[in-house]
Amino acid sequence: MHESTTILSKPPAFNEMLSPEGEVRDQYRDVTGQLFSMPLEALSLKQREAEVLFRRLGITFAVYGQDAGAERLIPFDVIPRIFSASEWGLLARGLKQRVRALNAFLHDIYHGQEIIKAGLIPAHQILKNSQYQPEMQGIDLPNQVYAHIAGIDLVRVAENDFYVLEDNLRTPSGVSYMLENRNTMMRLFPDLFASHTVAPVDHYPQMLLDTLIEAAPPNVDQPVIVVMTPGANNSAYFEHAFLASQMGVELVEGKDLFVHAGKVYMHTTEGPQQIHVIYRRVDDDFLDPLVFRPDSMLGVPGLMSAYRGGGVVLANAVGTGVADDKSTYLYVPAMIEFYLGEKPILSNVPTWRLSEPEDLKYVLAHLPELVVKEVQGSGGYGMLVGPTSTPDEIVAYRERILASPASFIAQPTLALSTCPTLVEAGIAPRHVDLRPFVLSGKEIRLVPGGLTRVALTEGSLVVNSSQGGGTKDTWILED
Amino acid sequence: MLSRTADHLFWMARYIERAENTARVLDVTHSTSLLPDDSAGAEANLWYAPLNISGCAADYTAKYGGLAESVSVTRFIALDPDNPASIYTSLMLARENARAVRGAITGEMWEIINATWLELNRMSPTLSGNRLTPFFDWVKERSHLFRGVTLGTILKDDALNFIRLGTFLERADNTARILDVKYHILLPSVQDVGGAADYYQWGALLRSVSALEAYRKIYRDVISPQRVAELLVLRADMPRSLHACLNEVDSTLEIINGSTGREARRCAGELHASLHFNLIENIFAEGLHEYLTDFLGRIDVLAKEIRSAYLARRDESVAPFPIRQMAQVQ
Repeated sequence: MHESTTILSKPPAFNEMLSPEGEVRDQYRDVTGQLFSMPLEALSLKQREAEVLFRRLGITFAVYGQDAGAERLIPFDVIPRIFSASEWGLLARGLKQRVRALNAFLHDIYHGQEIIKAGLIPAHQILKNSQYQPEMQGIDLPNQVYAHIAGIDLVRVAENDFYVLEDNLRTPSGVSYMLENRNTMMRLFPDLFASHTVAPVDHYPQMLLDTLIEAAPPNVDQPVIVVMTPGANNSAYFEHAFLASQMGVELVEGKDLFVHAGKVYMHTTEGPQQIHVIYRRVDDDFLDPLVFRPDSMLGVPGLMSAYRGGGVVLANAVGTGVADDKSTYLYVPAMIEFYLGEKPILSNVPTWRLSEPEDLKYVLAHLPELVVKEVQGSGGYGMLVGPTSTPDEIVAYRERILASPASFIAQPTLALSTCPTLVEAGIAPRHVDLRPFVLSGKEIRLVPGGLTRVALTEGSLVVNSSQGGGTKDTWILED
Repeated sequence: MLSRTADHLFWMARYIERAENTARVLDVTHSTSLLPDDSAGAEANLWYAPLNISGCAADYTAKYGGLAESVSVTRFIALDPDNPASIYTSLMLARENARAVRGAITGEMWEIINATWLELNRMSPTLSGNRLTPFFDWVKERSHLFRGVTLGTILKDDALNFIRLGTFLERADNTARILDVKYHILLPSVQDVGGAADYYQWGALLRSVSALEAYRKIYRDVISPQRVAELLVLRADMPRSLHACLNEVDSTLEIINGSTGREARRCAGELHASLHFNLIENIFAEGLHEYLTDFLGRIDVLAKEIRSAYLARRDESVAPFPIRQMAQVQ
């Protein structure tokens, strides 16, 4: 079983600004000096200024299933979250290691499946997984990279303890907020940046472009790159447009593209132009109506066949979902040891698989203290946070679990670390997580930073923007 | 450039220009309505014009019934979201087109379009009295601002070319409509040349296209219908004239990259030449209304040629944007 009882006892959350003795940690000292000495009204005013900036720039997102909120702002908190250079150094090493292993795993399961033969992962976990794409079997990808862009969600539970909450290897979003949060902070508080050496993040689009160029099919001199979006109604459309314009490439929709003789072209004012790499922000199922959902209007007929033939590269590859699935997550530490021969630098959260009768029994007996998630879920939808749920909610969720235990996993309720956050009553600690973005081309790159999400409601552990979470600028201080 | 991107840029510019011209027409109608006129049906006659120019007379009748009158026409054309020809709808569609190609325009351009839309939505849906002129001025200013920001920030490449095509095609279309409809209304008073009412009426028409000062400068004489028509159709130095607009369309088509637009360039060149070498006497001999009707038809053909050369894509069969029908002039 899992060694989870230690964190089940719910220690107080790790406070990233204050030590247990109440002392301000080094990396926060100057910021607290400057920001916290401002009157609360002045800080609130800055917060409103930030909101005006975000709205005017159109940095909005759509919340599904809520017509009224067709375009909403993600709340932005003006107090930055700060890591020291050494804290970040550890994280960066761990992230690169993890993503390298995940790409090796994806290459393996779509080729020789050595990890199954070695008995480390049961065959059914892969082959019966709805995210496993048989179309990808045996296809060779440039640099053997599948997840060119990975967003790894991390939480901190103690000074030196970070857990990976989940790996996002399909179409991870949020990087535009990382960049715009920094821009906004620099506009609102230029003095803060004069007195801190904050590692810059604004070269991310250039890094992304380098990564995509490296992903191009071999023997293409000047690859043509595009960003593919489902369209202006997608919740992350702002980000798609933002990244395309920052990289200086076209933002295309499926209807702009067509396939001819194994190659992919876009309609331009000068006639058809061939494209070589598609940074697609469209899910697998919608890419090609001839192979996946025939009713999809978002995709391009024939795209998969061109892709399989090597005429175009998709980033991320088709079929990466099999590796970021919450039930495959359990095996990532084993992947790191198997493919890299290294000890994992970042830990997994201890997890119960409800497909296992023992685990199921334990979890059902402890629902009020656990977090239960759907294996296929994302965005914080459809999860149960035991400690903040009513008895009725728990009973209802229990029925859902019993109907299909294998669709769920459970984890202890983690004491997510807290950061000082501006709320109505003043400055108060709120729980945060962190999503850094890892880019894989011929080498692995990441900018120092990521998207910090903050649960604005007191005591809440759900940081997802679709569930009322906010964001903060994330600083890595240079030595 | 991506065909869809060019398409959105083209329509973004058209809708901004359309909003501006619609505000101009409403503004001049309001100032005209302040002039004394006790002839029978004067109000309906006057207020039917903006409906006619923007091609929404039938929709108005369906919604309000009866004769055109000041308050409801203003409301219908300025801020009614249900009216596809309203300023409100034009600014909404301008923003939607801009949003669809957010990355192809500069941040400043987007900020202007987006801020305009947000401000418009904070306004009360019932415009009246002394808030009318400030509103029309605001629409014009936002359009001026957008054009200025565009020229001041965007790379001079095909994105700008398609924006210019949209702006000047729409402007040519709108000026022709304004002249046609107004001319018809004003015609009965032609015998009355030089009279005070006539001066104000024709003066108002010129003001609506910011041409009154130009008229005075060029002709230094009483306002005559023939000169008004000459100024707005043939003068290449008058920024809203048909000739000036076609100058821009023609020269812009010449510099767009690629070889797909031969037929569009031919259409534009022919139309441009017909303006360049024409005389106002010939146009009046043919009949101004007939001439303008023919012109609007040719602008429409030109727009279709531009569409099939540059803007078409896979889902081509469905026209994604409403094409306005030329109003019937009684």
